[in-house]
Amino acid sequence: MKIQVLGSGCPTCKKLFELTKQAVEELDLKTEVEYITDIQKIVEMGVMSSPVLAIDGKPVITGFLPDVEKIKETIKKFI
Amino acid sequence: MDIFYPIKIFADWIAFDVFGIEQTTHLGDSINFFIYDSLKIIILLLIINYFMAIVRHYLPVEKLRDFLASRKWYGLDYFFASVFGTITPFCSCSSIPLFIGFIEAGIPLGVTLSFLITSPLVNQVAVVLFAGLFGWKITILYVISAMLLGIFGGFVLGKLKLEKYVADYVWNIKSQKLETKNNKEKFSALIKKFWHEGFDLTKKITPYVLLGIAVGAVIHGYVPAGFFENYIKADNLFAVPIAAIVAVPMYANAVGVIPIMQSLVEKGIPLGTALAFMMAVVGLSLPEALILKRVMKMKLLIYFFGITTINIIIIGYLFNAFVK
Repeated sequence: MKIQVLGSGCPTCKKLFELTKQAVEELDLKTEVEYITDIQKIVEMGVMSSPVLAIDGKPVITGFLPDVEKIKETIKKFI
Repeated sequence: MDIFYPIKIFADWIAFDVFGIEQTTHLGDSINFFIYDSLKIIILLLIINYFMAIVRHYLPVEKLRDFLASRKWYGLDYFFASVFGTITPFCSCSSIPLFIGFIEAGIPLGVTLSFLITSPLVNQVAVVLFAGLFGWKITILYVISAMLLGIFGGFVLGKLKLEKYVADYVWNIKSQKLETKNNKEKFSALIKKFWHEGFDLTKKITPYVLLGIAVGAVIHGYVPAGFFENYIKADNLFAVPIAAIVAVPMYANAVGVIPIMQSLVEKGIPLGTALAFMMAVVGLSLPEALILKRVMKMKLLIYFFGITTINIIIIGYLFNAFVK
């Protein structure tokens, strides 16, 4: 499973990256969370809001900052 | 009857009976004002954020983009872009992907800018604060002005043929079509989801709202009535442009600025002048310029900021002249 956080480098985006790392750790997954600030990548996914949480290249959370529980729930659906 | 009357009674009770502060003191006045306004606004926010969660679910910004790009609109698209700008939540984090996404879909530059101008100025939170603090008449006038600002600003910028000043790489980006999600959620699950989203958003912005109202409450209680009239006269022709230009580099969220602005107006700052200041603070800022610099060449950025500032100044004058 590939987990990515994409953002324009704004504080909200960084926060999502931190929370996602925490979620992955708490779920005991052996995956690295990748943080991408290349805007082109976001647009190429067809998404127009930031930040984005993408799993296996698909955007699953876009445009807002969820809490850790919500991120964990989302990731679990892909395990 | 005022539907907020029960809150008024509650605020009076807390401030004057529970805390036992004299009603006539500055402190009592400030605290009473703070309790009343914050309760009223938080209740309104809960309601409107719930409805906006519904709107966002059925009308995500990707759908709005597809609507705008679906056919030729012959100028109506400026209007639609501006309307969409009012109903979408806006965070400066999103302005770049939005800009590229619109351009990439073939939406004209001017229309895209219409959206970018209106979006930060009007959102559900700003509307609630305006309605709660200034009343519905001024709120409606404000929303209409912000939309006209977007429509007119985008139209003028569109006519100037500035496409060559968009960063070159923007034209080469190709996005993949996002598959439309087809997971039908149960209605009961949706209702829960809307409530959670609305509640989360309200929770997140409440500290900023309270901070804004607190500063407003201090001004309300301690600054003498008409205090600013001596400094800023409504007929001073330079007040509006100065207020707008000073505010352009500054940034603050609409949420924090509106309560402070209301208290300043109450103490004698002309509404149009305060409004010009607020619109420039919220709509244009140095951080926003730095972000947009990644997709706009200098010349486009200067036109964008310049024309928007001029329009804000015009709105300020109009409010000072016609709204009492």
